[in-house]
Amino acid sequence: MSAELAISLRGAVKRYGPITAVNHLDLEVPLGTCVGLLGPNGAGKSTTMRLLTAQSIADEGEIEVLGFRLPEESKAARAQCGVSPQLDNLDTTLTVQQNLLVFAHLYRIARADRAEAIERALKMANLVERRDSRVDKLSGGMRRRLLIARALIHRPRLVLLDEPTVGLDPQVRQELWALIDKLRSEGTTILMSTHYIEEAQRLADTVLIMSHGSAVAAGRPSELVLQHAGHEVLEVYGPPARLREVEAEAGAAGLRTRRTGTSISILGIDANGDHSFEGDRRPANLEDVFVLLTGEEIA
Amino acid sequence: MATTSRTARLGRLERPALTGVLVREVVNFSSFWRSSTFSSTVEPTIYLLAFGFGFGSLVSKIGGYDYVQFVGTGTVATAVLFSSAFPAMFGTFVKYQFQRTYDAILAAPVDTEELVTAEALWIATRAGVYGCVPMLVAIAFGLQPAWGMFLVPLIAWTAGFGWACFGIMIAGFAKSFENFNYVVSAVLTPLFLVAGTFFPLNRLPKWAQVLGEVNPLHHCVQLVRDAVLYGLVWTDLLRVGFLVLFALVIWRIAIHAMTRKLID
Repeated sequence: MSAELAISLRGAVKRYGPITAVNHLDLEVPLGTCVGLLGPNGAGKSTTMRLLTAQSIADEGEIEVLGFRLPEESKAARAQCGVSPQLDNLDTTLTVQQNLLVFAHLYRIARADRAEAIERALKMANLVERRDSRVDKLSGGMRRRLLIARALIHRPRLVLLDEPTVGLDPQVRQELWALIDKLRSEGTTILMSTHYIEEAQRLADTVLIMSHGSAVAAGRPSELVLQHAGHEVLEVYGPPARLREVEAEAGAAGLRTRRTGTSISILGIDANGDHSFEGDRRPANLEDVFVLLTGEEIA
Repeated sequence: MATTSRTARLGRLERPALTGVLVREVVNFSSFWRSSTFSSTVEPTIYLLAFGFGFGSLVSKIGGYDYVQFVGTGTVATAVLFSSAFPAMFGTFVKYQFQRTYDAILAAPVDTEELVTAEALWIATRAGVYGCVPMLVAIAFGLQPAWGMFLVPLIAWTAGFGWACFGIMIAGFAKSFENFNYVVSAVLTPLFLVAGTFFPLNRLPKWAQVLGEVNPLHHCVQLVRDAVLYGLVWTDLLRVGFLVLFALVIWRIAIHAMTRKLID
């Protein structure tokens, strides 16, 4: 890869006693791109995020963020990063503006630029009208927007978004996607962890699929889908006995399948025209890829 | 591998990082200063009044001074303890365990050493102010104003820094709130009682006097009394040295404990 890298992990390992949370993970995030870490809960996404801010120290491997070697130089790297955590850690008894003021200081924004930075963050998060509201009076979506605005107050070169829309209703999720999309279009480098397929597919230039702390595939979402699941998937519905028969027949025909509760999905159907299966065709997606590669259903 | 251009790595105990954490504390304090001030000043004042007038009716004078003046100067150390060790212990635990405040701060260019130091500085500053309240109340009850009183905020600040670090250290080692019960019952209460606040240590058995000499609260009490009542003597330098040494040692242990807690 010839592009400059915002993040480089090589063989990163993080263990907690007998549990290996991150297992020889390689990750490269070129500047100006949005990379999605996709995986279910417990896949190691949040630990990877913590490694990048040196709040967790890798047991093995090499990590560089914005050219700074971690953990030794993490402080300098953090000065140029913004982090939106999965768990809300806003100061709830402070107002929206006071929260931003505190982080304007923590991120060392010069006194002359502080007011402007706060205004910009308020506008970006669409919280201008709520600037004097206490955080504990805000809705979940507003708090999440404030977390992102807080992470962006110092115009970081790299933004780490850990499950930015988890637990939010679909409408609020759409609002946040628009916000993240805007960041992307402005050229901010983003590393975003998510367990929402649609989120990764819609926002990420490149997706890294994680399972049990390891990367199982990486690439552009469309390329991953095409490579692993083909163009189309055939959904066959029927009683359990029929689904078992279809699964066996597809296996015998060299086709890959995944069970989806009431149906069975036969993947790569477009490349195998001469089959006798009947069902509903739909475009293949990242979820198919994920289930195929990891054997796990994503939440 | 091509990586981005970089600037110099940042140093330790940087002023912008300390300022950032202090600003957070000051802004937060603006939302709860009333309750904090109430608990940190009323409680030692109640001790002062209860012991001063309760025991004061039985013990008229100690060392040539009215008992209320003796206790009034002694409870400065009580106020320092109450406004430093306790908020540091409980506040630190809440911030890392429940509010996850420290996760947010450590994602910014602040390290644990700066975080602990700034927290202790702020708590010490509050202790420096709150520590003076019993003395001011004692003035209303007959304590003669003296120039040495101007040293009391400084003494309270120095002792408060050590006790703030002590509280942070305990929070750093604690696994749950319940762990604090052991510290309060087995450490803080005995130290509080054998600090010479309510009675002179020279009336106690020899072993208790020796223990008193390694009690930072006792040195705080004696320094305040010497500054306000008896006049400073050269041995007070040793007491200051003890408080500074206590603060420095506990500060480093607190940083170690919190680093273990926050960085995994």
